[in-house]
Amino acid sequence: MSDSMNLVLHVWRQRNREAKGAFERYEAKDISSHMSFLEMLDVVNEKLLADGKEPIAFDHDCREGICGMCGVVINGVAHGPQAATTTCQLHMRQFKNGDEIWIEPWRASAFPVIRDLVVDRSAFDRVIQAGGYISVRTGSAPEANATPVSKSDSDLAMDAAQCIGCGACVAACPNASASLFVSAKVGHLALMPQGEPERMDRVRKMVAQMDAEGFGHCSNHGECEAVCPKGISVNFIARMNRELVLAMAASRDPVAPRTKD
Amino acid sequence: MQTAQKTLGVFDTTVGKKIALAVSGAIIFGFTIVHMLGNLQVYLGPEVFNHYADTLKTMPALVWAERIVVGSSVIVHVAMMISLYDRSLKARPVGYQVKRSVATTYASAAMKYTGPLLLLYIVYHIAHFTFPGISMGDYEHSPTDVYSNFVNGFSVPWVAVIYIFANAMLGMHLYHGATSMLQTLGLNHPQYNALRGRLATAVAMAVTLGNISFPVSVLFGIIQ
Amino acid sequence: MELKSSAPSGPIETRWTRHRFAMKLVNPANRRKHKVIVVGSGLAGGAAAATLGEQGYQVLCFCYQDSPRRAHSIAAQGGINAAKNYQNDGDSVYRLFYDTVKGGDFRARESNVYRLAELSVSIIDQCVAQGVPFAREYGGLLDNRSFGGAQVSRTFYARGQTGQQLLLGAYQALARQIEAGTVKMFPRTEMLDLILVDGVARGIVTRDMVSGKIEAHTADVVVLATGGYGNAFFLSTNAKGCNTTATWRSHRRGALFANPCYTQIHPTCIPVSGDYQSKLTLMSESLRNDGRVWVPKNQKDCGKNPKDIPESDRDYYLERIYPSFGNLVPRDIASRRAKDMCDQGRGVGPEVGGVRRGVYLDFGDAIKRLGKKVVEERYGNLFEMYERITGEDPNVTPMRIYPAIHYTMGGLWVDYNLMSNVTGLFVGGEANFSDHGANRLGASALMQGLSDGYFVLPATVGNYLASNKFPAVSDSHPEVKAALKEVEARISGLLAIGGKRTPDSFHRELGQLLWDNCGMSRTDAGLKSALEKIPALREEFNRNLRISGSGEEFNQTLEKAGRVQDFFELGELMCRDALMREESCGGHFREEHQTEEGEAKRDDERFTFVAAWQWQGEGKPQALQKEGLDFEYVKPAQRSYK
Ligand SMILES: Cc1cc2nc3c(=O)[nH]c(=O)nc-3n(C[C@H](O)[C@H](O)[C@H](O)COP(=O)(O)OP(=O)(O)OC[C@H]3O[C@@H](n4cnc5c(N)ncnc54)[C@H](O)[C@@H]3O)c2cc1C
Ligand code: HEM
Ligand code: HEM
Ligand code: SF4
Ligand code: F3S
Ligand code: FES
Repeated sequence: MSDSMNLVLHVWRQRNREAKGAFERYEAKDISSHMSFLEMLDVVNEKLLADGKEPIAFDHDCREGICGMCGVVINGVAHGPQAATTTCQLHMRQFKNGDEIWIEPWRASAFPVIRDLVVDRSAFDRVIQAGGYISVRTGSAPEANATPVSKSDSDLAMDAAQCIGCGACVAACPNASASLFVSAKVGHLALMPQGEPERMDRVRKMVAQMDAEGFGHCSNHGECEAVCPKGISVNFIARMNRELVLAMAASRDPVAPRTKD
Repeated sequence: MQTAQKTLGVFDTTVGKKIALAVSGAIIFGFTIVHMLGNLQVYLGPEVFNHYADTLKTMPALVWAERIVVGSSVIVHVAMMISLYDRSLKARPVGYQVKRSVATTYASAAMKYTGPLLLLYIVYHIAHFTFPGISMGDYEHSPTDVYSNFVNGFSVPWVAVIYIFANAMLGMHLYHGATSMLQTLGLNHPQYNALRGRLATAVAMAVTLGNISFPVSVLFGIIQ
Repeated sequence: MELKSSAPSGPIETRWTRHRFAMKLVNPANRRKHKVIVVGSGLAGGAAAATLGEQGYQVLCFCYQDSPRRAHSIAAQGGINAAKNYQNDGDSVYRLFYDTVKGGDFRARESNVYRLAELSVSIIDQCVAQGVPFAREYGGLLDNRSFGGAQVSRTFYARGQTGQQLLLGAYQALARQIEAGTVKMFPRTEMLDLILVDGVARGIVTRDMVSGKIEAHTADVVVLATGGYGNAFFLSTNAKGCNTTATWRSHRRGALFANPCYTQIHPTCIPVSGDYQSKLTLMSESLRNDGRVWVPKNQKDCGKNPKDIPESDRDYYLERIYPSFGNLVPRDIASRRAKDMCDQGRGVGPEVGGVRRGVYLDFGDAIKRLGKKVVEERYGNLFEMYERITGEDPNVTPMRIYPAIHYTMGGLWVDYNLMSNVTGLFVGGEANFSDHGANRLGASALMQGLSDGYFVLPATVGNYLASNKFPAVSDSHPEVKAALKEVEARISGLLAIGGKRTPDSFHRELGQLLWDNCGMSRTDAGLKSALEKIPALREEFNRNLRISGSGEEFNQTLEKAGRVQDFFELGELMCRDALMREESCGGHFREEHQTEEGEAKRDDERFTFVAAWQWQGEGKPQALQKEGLDFEYVKPAQRSYK
């Protein structure tokens, strides 16, 4: 474990949504292998600031792999080389002295760049708003143990519910498809009995919004699953398709195709 | 803001379109299986094979039904592919400087090329064998003797090569397609996924190898 | 100034019911006419905004992340308490109430705590109905675990991600209201000041973190649910963005800041590995159920590979000092002992600033006793997390742990209605001081956030709206304009300094000062020295700060600078509060006040009160206001874990 290393970074810099960006080359010196990737960027930024330059903007908050705020494409892989690991949990021991590292923002028309490595993921929120919930009025809930849920169903639901909404699936997908993210929520709620009543509408509304946001389709490439920090399985995409077929066949009430709002 | 209230149709969503793509793909796939099995009879000699061709001609209803189904499937398949790929191109206007695939297979990445190639092939292939029935080489295309058309056609090396190449493309297309379509249709169960994949691929490869065997056998004089 | 808790009297079991019945209601038709500002989208803010929206009010909700789903509640791992008594192990609302008052070391308001315990039951119903995938038993019913040394199993959990699942439940309820048009969400928008009109809270000043636009938002009532201030220490288990700006700016506008020195330390965090460290990661306390804590007996062994240190040279100090509780002593005790060991120079791991700050948490015996497989099942995901961060496999080399700041019990003072002393300013969740007293029990913060958000605030805010008149306040109102001007002046002031030091470098230094003097254990001398150093450092900050870029753009350095500026003032108040409180209680340990066994020694005679500090203006020390606490139900007693 070489403890200190020097690296060359190529980082995407872009002032704002409108501006056109370009890669900048930076040298990161004496980087400890115990640093997290973001701490390495902190060090670079402190130096940039000291030199009177503009620090690199990147999203982050919890820095423990749960909030889903962080995320950049590192040498062509969303969240970097370590499987099932967010950018903030990636540590520099994954790299070695002399490495060149290309750092790019998520690329998708539905995720416009705000600045440098920061993108606008509000499309995800709008997909959830379209139906990614169970309509229950506060205070009107029945006794929690009134409806038993088979352990296997609730465990499977939890597998899907773990999604942190980071967007790496979109970033990695050759079609910039949001299928894994959307199917994770569709799957989670469809597996819980509480989600049953809205099941047919939910999947149609969420898929319609997903399209309205301009994400691509799913060709079953499996890149998303491979980079997903929570290892959400592509089987949920199959489940979502199944749900949609069922919904289109079974459902009476109309759901209009949505346009981006 | 929502558009006029109307129920979501299959073709209104990418998932619906993708399902149409899978269904049409499955139909064409099915056809190629039957087609290949039928063509295997060429190994039983001219009589059997021509008899097979003739019997087909004696039941135009069936043949036309098949032509309509397969024909429209190809049209749907192509139409869906075009509209989906048009979207996915727009979905990532700015690409990556460095992009490393972690899971994408060569076959899955090549779908958008093997597909169109197959389209060209189908057109060429029908022109060759069916309507108008163009002689590919110095022989007379016989409307009745399908067997000799078959042998004469593949005796021409470049024709054989086209067929071998095209069917290799088919193999690639189905290597991803056969499992992919099941996934798209939601026909998946964690317990059987591995088995499912192997079966689908096996069938796809059987069709491919069967098809490739024809021009090869002719070239090597196994069929004369 | 006299502080009215406005807590109802009479039998505690019916206080909330009676109080609720006495409340005025807003006619559903009129709710649409009331605008409500909710700052924060965590468990408290998200739940409140969703519920108020559902009731028909016009809600504006703000958060600094790019989505309400990312509030730091998401990081909570262990679980949430509720007095369901599903395990039939003798739990009850009253027992949860009792444990919480006792756990808070008799520095919380009984009425609030009882209400919390009472509502805990409905929280679980609510979350399950939202589809929160809590852990279940094979029969399909909800599973529970015992947490933080409680004798009953009352903790509900969703793997190691309870906070995430509860927050997503609230987030989805919020999304539903946004779709319905009752809630307007403002992500990436930071509250920088509170707007008072005639002394009543009527709005906030915000900065759009993308465009840099400074804006005023006015409403009939303002609800703050902006979380804790643990980041004053720079290194904590909080998210990087957690800040005190919203609460502190409100404090400067007159809201009392209560018990700022009540901060909680979590004993099982991953130690600092170098001076570049940006945050600390917590690992579930459950680790202490099977892991054994030790340090080398002799300093000379500290640098060695633990494998080469024979049993005879290991000091399992918790088992030695607390034979009956051993490694399961409460958080604050486990934390302080670890500090002692490292202060004695017997810490392990890398030297940071010349000292080794870490102790071993060893699973060697557990693996021998239970087998690798069982240990794997119980702690697999935690071991992975640890290995990802440290590169060491706990199955081979013992874990290294060290305490870290984790939670802040102090916060803005609120009455029983969760309204601060500033009329129209309500405060919920970790941002207020209520319910936990001097020390919070594990799995009780999520409970408090949700009871405030789903049940208390919607009721009390409604009552406030029904009971008062709200003359329209236009954006051109002089007090609105004045607030806007102040914020703009403050930002341009920061940008104008043009010195040499980065916000982070100041924050690190401030954090170290607080950690050394106002952290796990505090002394008169230490606090006094901190009170000299902090102003000096702040003075340098105002002189020598460097920020790049401008205010009219996405500028993370500027954001940091603003937050650090407020942490300076808060940090000073924390020390003053700690200095004033000449006793040890809960998370506040004054070395001068301990039993001969080295336990916290309360002074109920002099200090059975809430210390609420009142802003007196720039440069003047805050004035201390006291809210006396009386205990009708749970009689104060000294705790002992020997
Ligand atoms: C690592 C960790 C583990 C924990 N584990 C547990 C546990 O197992 N059980 C338990 O009960 N408790 C636990 N806690 C404590 C608990 O998670 C928190 O106390 C609780 O979630 C706080 O919720 P909140 O809604 O008050 O604040 P938060 O969830 O922090 O939300 C704050 C909100 O305010 C917004 N905000 C803040 N400042 C501003 C501003 N200036 N302008 C605009 N918006 C602003 C933020 O964007 C965010 O939306 C844990 C805490 C941590 C750090
Ligand atoms: C021999 C004829 C063909 C067969 C048997 C066939 C079969 C299939 C099958 C089974 C799939 C999988 C569907 C899915 O992924 O769900 C598929 C996908 C595809 N087909 Fe075909 N196809 C044929 C011809 C064509 C043609 C002519 C084109 C284009 C002109 C084409 C383009 C595609 C593309 C692009 C995909 C991938 C879609 C995606 O998932 O992104 N195919 N095909
Ligand atoms: C080497 C492989 C193949 C051989 C030897 C072969 C042979 C033939 C022959 C002899 C005919 C004419 C039948 C007749 O006119 O009675 C035919 C028709 C046809 N073939 Fe193939 N074929 C092959 C592969 C394929 C493939 C891969 C496809 C793609 C889907 C395909 C699609 C068709 C179609 C659509 C027709 C027209 C059927 C009709 O007339 O209704 N063939 N083929
Ligand atoms: S599915 Fe995985 S990759 Fe996609 S948003 Fe969720 S957690 Fe991130
Ligand atoms: S990578 Fe893309 S194609 Fe489908 S399986 Fe994942 S969404
Ligand atoms: S910063 Fe929260 S997941 Fe990376």
